[in-house]
Amino acid sequence: MATLAEPTQPSEQTRPTPAARSSNVLMNWVRRHREFASALVFLVIMFGAFAIASPGVFLKPQIYGAIFVSVPISMILAVSLVFVIVAGEIDLSFPSLVGIAAMVFASVVTAGGNPWLALVLALASSVLGGLVNGVLVAYMGLASLVATLGMNFLLRGLIQIIRQGNGAPLTFLANSDIHALMVGRIGNLPVQLIWGLAFAAIGVVLFTRHRSGAQVSCVGDNIEAAREMGINVRRVKVMTFAYVGLASGLAGVLSILINNNFFPTVGDGYLLGVLAAVFVGGTPTWGGVGTVAGSVVGALTVGSIETGIVAAGLTGYFTQFFDGIVIVLSLVTHRITRPRTRAGRY
Amino acid sequence: MQGTPDARAPLLELRDVSKSFGPVFAVRNVDLRIHAGDIVALVGDNGAGKSTLIKLISGVHAPDGGEIYVRGRAVQHWNTATARRSGIETVYQDKALAEQQTVMRNLFMGREVTGPLGLIRLRRERVEAEALMRRIGFTSQLISPDSIVSTLSGGEREGVAIARAMFFKAELIILDEPTQALSLTQAQVVLNFVRRAKSEGSAVIFITHNVYHAYEVADRIAILDRGQIVGEFRREDIDAVQLVQFMQTVARQGAPTAPRQV
Repeated sequence: MATLAEPTQPSEQTRPTPAARSSNVLMNWVRRHREFASALVFLVIMFGAFAIASPGVFLKPQIYGAIFVSVPISMILAVSLVFVIVAGEIDLSFPSLVGIAAMVFASVVTAGGNPWLALVLALASSVLGGLVNGVLVAYMGLASLVATLGMNFLLRGLIQIIRQGNGAPLTFLANSDIHALMVGRIGNLPVQLIWGLAFAAIGVVLFTRHRSGAQVSCVGDNIEAAREMGINVRRVKVMTFAYVGLASGLAGVLSILINNNFFPTVGDGYLLGVLAAVFVGGTPTWGGVGTVAGSVVGALTVGSIETGIVAAGLTGYFTQFFDGIVIVLSLVTHRITRPRTRAGRY
Repeated sequence: MQGTPDARAPLLELRDVSKSFGPVFAVRNVDLRIHAGDIVALVGDNGAGKSTLIKLISGVHAPDGGEIYVRGRAVQHWNTATARRSGIETVYQDKALAEQQTVMRNLFMGREVTGPLGLIRLRRERVEAEALMRRIGFTSQLISPDSIVSTLSGGEREGVAIARAMFFKAELIILDEPTQALSLTQAQVVLNFVRRAKSEGSAVIFITHNVYHAYEVADRIAILDRGQIVGEFRREDIDAVQLVQFMQTVARQGAPTAPRQV
């Protein structure tokens, strides 16, 4: 039987000869996890620069205790967004889903409800919001960019109407079990880091080892092919939006527990930083491929910039400028490390 | 499904099937029977309705009129999932490949081999994929189950798509223009596959507008024109030159009034 291969045209996945194989283990790993490796190298270089600029701050563990207070929230949101973006869609409504979950949690606990019940209801509310997004996109055929933009305004407006613009202090939960278990401290480390990493670890398994991750990738890569192969593409898309809802719910509850305070705009500040974390992490914009582990690195990168700049002795005015520099530079890095293929797509 | 399965009934039967898009009849009053081990070539010019007909068979479209029978049973709720469960595999013209994914992920797309909790059994998928790729003729060391599809050539991609259809021991494999845009050698590889599928007991519907490719492998050749089957011949009853003449006549004058020859 004739071979289908054309030996004159080398493949990206060239197999090493047995002799070269052992020395190439690292290179093979890098080749298969190119985006993640590139994001990681970028993070290390950035922290190296911070450490040179202010060794007194970045070589001591205290600074990491501070960074890890809020980074887990971005981490959880970024991990979930990878699935939506890989599926070929976008979700801009997660800031308001964070807000909805936070409001439900705050309302239940201030009314005297059990905080764990409040957590469950909060998660349910944001998952419901995510399902609405999914139905608008997958069944009504709306473009996710505008549909979720609309939902972001709609849900934030709903919070403002229901709360009449009022926040709610949650200081009475400061010594509660839920506070200790969700956002307490183990030594210097915030407990929410464990939740963030656990959520990310489950995300990595779902994305790389689970049928749902495989189907999300296929749907985002070639939706017609996925449909022809019997994948329920609508359900896959709805599930990715529901997953962002779940992540937003967890992020919302963590966020107000950290601050011991609910305020009606909670979540709004995450929009651009979390999106940046996904792309800095190495997930491209066009769907089909992405990296969940990279988004964790991206969240850490984006979440450390401000701390690094202030520690380096610059004023807060430099923050946005350096945010921009870091994001653009990391995207350039990904562009350079991306393989060339016959498709000529890149 | 209704009725009882019948071993002697055709694997697939279309009775008076029609499909229109708005005012345009893409497929009109088509009758077609496929038995186990049949190789049927569907030949027709561009726009003759070949693609619509195979989309009806593979469940992408539901017919507006007529019935589809699988092994003698009328099928209800015909869609891609039920078609595949009935043993009908389709290799589309676009090959339905997710190009940024690995060969392995494409082979198992929509039917991942999963263990507990829906986790993919990657090792088992890799072993199966390697065996399958050897069977279809991927002998190059450069291509593995972990190769990204966008790094493969056109012929290799066709091979991946056909390998995928073969894996699940399909009883009927539909190939939509499998030799189009392929070099002569690679077209021969595809035609060899069609023969091999027959020897393993599968029926094949082979869509092409290359009469000579059809003539090389088909037991029967059905000619489609303007949505209708205008002639159906056993290969031994007609030679390639007559076949081309018949098609040219049809193209000039529309469907002939003479009765069908099968």
